[in-house]
Amino acid sequence: MAEQNSNAKAEQFDSSLFQQVEFNEQAGERIAGKSLNFWQDAWMRLRKNKAAIISLVLIIVIAIMSVAGPAISGRDAYTQTITQAKLPPKVTGLEWAGFDGMATLGETPIDFYKQKQVKENFWFGTDHLGRDLWSRVWEGTKISLFIGLMAALIDVLVGVTYGGISAYYGGRVDNIMQRIAEILTGVPNLILIILFILILEPGITTIILAMTITGWIGMSRLVRGQILKLKNQEFVLAARTLGASSARLVFKHLIPNTLGTIIISLMFTIPGAIFFEAFLSFIGLGLAPPQPSLGTLINEGYKELKTFPFLLVVPSTVLVLLMISFNMLADGLRDAFDPRLRR
Amino acid sequence: MENRNKLLEVKNLKQHFNIGRGRVVKAVDGLSFDIYEGEVLGLVGESGCGKSTTGRSIIGLYEATDGEVMFKGENVHGKKSRKDKLKFNRAMQMIFQDPYASLNPRMTVGDIIAEGIDIHGLAKSKDERNNRVYDLLETVGLTKEHASRYPHEFSGGQRQRIGIARALAVEPDFIIADEPISALDVSIQAQVVNLMKKLQRDRSLTYLFIAHDLSMVKYISDRIGVMYQGHLVELCSADRLYENPVHAYTKSLLSAIPLPDPEHERTRKRIVYDRPTSGPVGKSNEDSSIPPLREIEPGHFVSMTDAELEAYQAQLV
Repeated sequence: MAEQNSNAKAEQFDSSLFQQVEFNEQAGERIAGKSLNFWQDAWMRLRKNKAAIISLVLIIVIAIMSVAGPAISGRDAYTQTITQAKLPPKVTGLEWAGFDGMATLGETPIDFYKQKQVKENFWFGTDHLGRDLWSRVWEGTKISLFIGLMAALIDVLVGVTYGGISAYYGGRVDNIMQRIAEILTGVPNLILIILFILILEPGITTIILAMTITGWIGMSRLVRGQILKLKNQEFVLAARTLGASSARLVFKHLIPNTLGTIIISLMFTIPGAIFFEAFLSFIGLGLAPPQPSLGTLINEGYKELKTFPFLLVVPSTVLVLLMISFNMLADGLRDAFDPRLRR
Repeated sequence: MENRNKLLEVKNLKQHFNIGRGRVVKAVDGLSFDIYEGEVLGLVGESGCGKSTTGRSIIGLYEATDGEVMFKGENVHGKKSRKDKLKFNRAMQMIFQDPYASLNPRMTVGDIIAEGIDIHGLAKSKDERNNRVYDLLETVGLTKEHASRYPHEFSGGQRQRIGIARALAVEPDFIIADEPISALDVSIQAQVVNLMKKLQRDRSLTYLFIAHDLSMVKYISDRIGVMYQGHLVELCSADRLYENPVHAYTKSLLSAIPLPDPEHERTRKRIVYDRPTSGPVGKSNEDSSIPPLREIEPGHFVSMTDAELEAYQAQLV
């Protein structure tokens, strides 16, 4: 019954109303989407991560300030003016926010600018030798950033080379190199650094060297793991069957595929190094005065925490902002590069 | 068959892996076979029987423990000079199993296909290189717009065809296809196998086709070798193998092929192969008691002992 019905229906239509559609094989292969490479794709994902973008902006602002800061206030970070020592921060128009040049000595708040007859304003105040804290904080930030960046870069350079060689050649080479690295990790970090600083003159170079002497091991392990995983992947085997040289394998196939991991690790190493420098300076093993770094500034500031808290609060705030920003950005980058989301 | 040229001769190939603490896995243990020019030799067997290892040893990705691989009459292993190696790399290529792992995710498809051209300096100018890439893309049914795209934008079948184009770029004579279709959807499998068949006809290629899907292997192969635990147990023409399997393991494999026919499926019986072991059970990989191949009829080789010869010959139809 149903069949008859449908036959009757089909007869109502004239076959000339229909047109044969041909399947176009080429059209089936077309890809409609926009072509994005790995980096464009990662940037697209990072852009959607608000925290990471705010962190990126903050890092850029702090980096610019660390270079331009002293020039903005027009004061040198090293000039001592004893008559202007220990002035609290004062900004015209921001008196309501605490930038009023007042500090509490004993019971009563005193306007130090009136007392010391200082006409100009020091935005972040001055330290116990009358140096402008604004200039010193940015100068210190610059030095801290430089130390962090250099330490991280050296870590990457040594770590990638060491881990790369270890994994690429494998077997006995890998075995020996990994045992050496294990012995190095076995040595207490702090003792090594203290010895280093005792032997060499204290300064930026010494701190960077001391931190990188064992710092690269983590990076080398990461890279080794990645390359061990990659070198037996079929695309590497395919390149080998095509006759690719070692250099080509390493620079075209292995390193580009490890780069994401390296960058993420680099972004986590920088705040680590900055923090470690601050820690060393704080316990008195870091930079020698009068050179400022965030660590030495915090060290000086905390001695007068009760009367002049701004000496501690200002450099600490910059340090905290830097640490959080770097970690948030690294986190965002990790999500953006996440290999599990793409193949 | 006898008057055809041997392209590849594998003689007593052994590939053992040291897995530490003195334990050795004998992935391939004394394999000998020939591949004639222009034929497709299928290699089948269960997972872990050493099929892929055989392919990788032949092309030199693994250093063979023992044995010889003669390609066009030359021993290809242990070659020292880079020039010889490059020449060999051009003549023998490989298509890989996993289309998701066999393309570098950081390179464009054009660069992936052109890799062989770059390494061997096959193009004199950039235009020539690009034109060759476009030709290759069209050969495998893709278009030149695909050259600037990245592998993750392609489907499994498309990627596998890119892998084929990469292998073809250096104009090889012999291609080892290491389970090229096992990771693909059934509808795409036919597409890729047909492409490979067409390429073989057009370019007079020779294939070693490794697979575990017996029906596909029968479709593409001229001869089939059955592998079991690192050894060949039966080797003969594809049709003959299906008509008249002799070795008990081959029978067991063939009995596992499902047919889209309920009538047949209802009565199909799996033959379970129970290997007669001489040593204690469970140590079967340790002893190499699988006997060598013998010819029981022209072109039909079976692994057997003297005692089994008569029984096997009686089975021939």
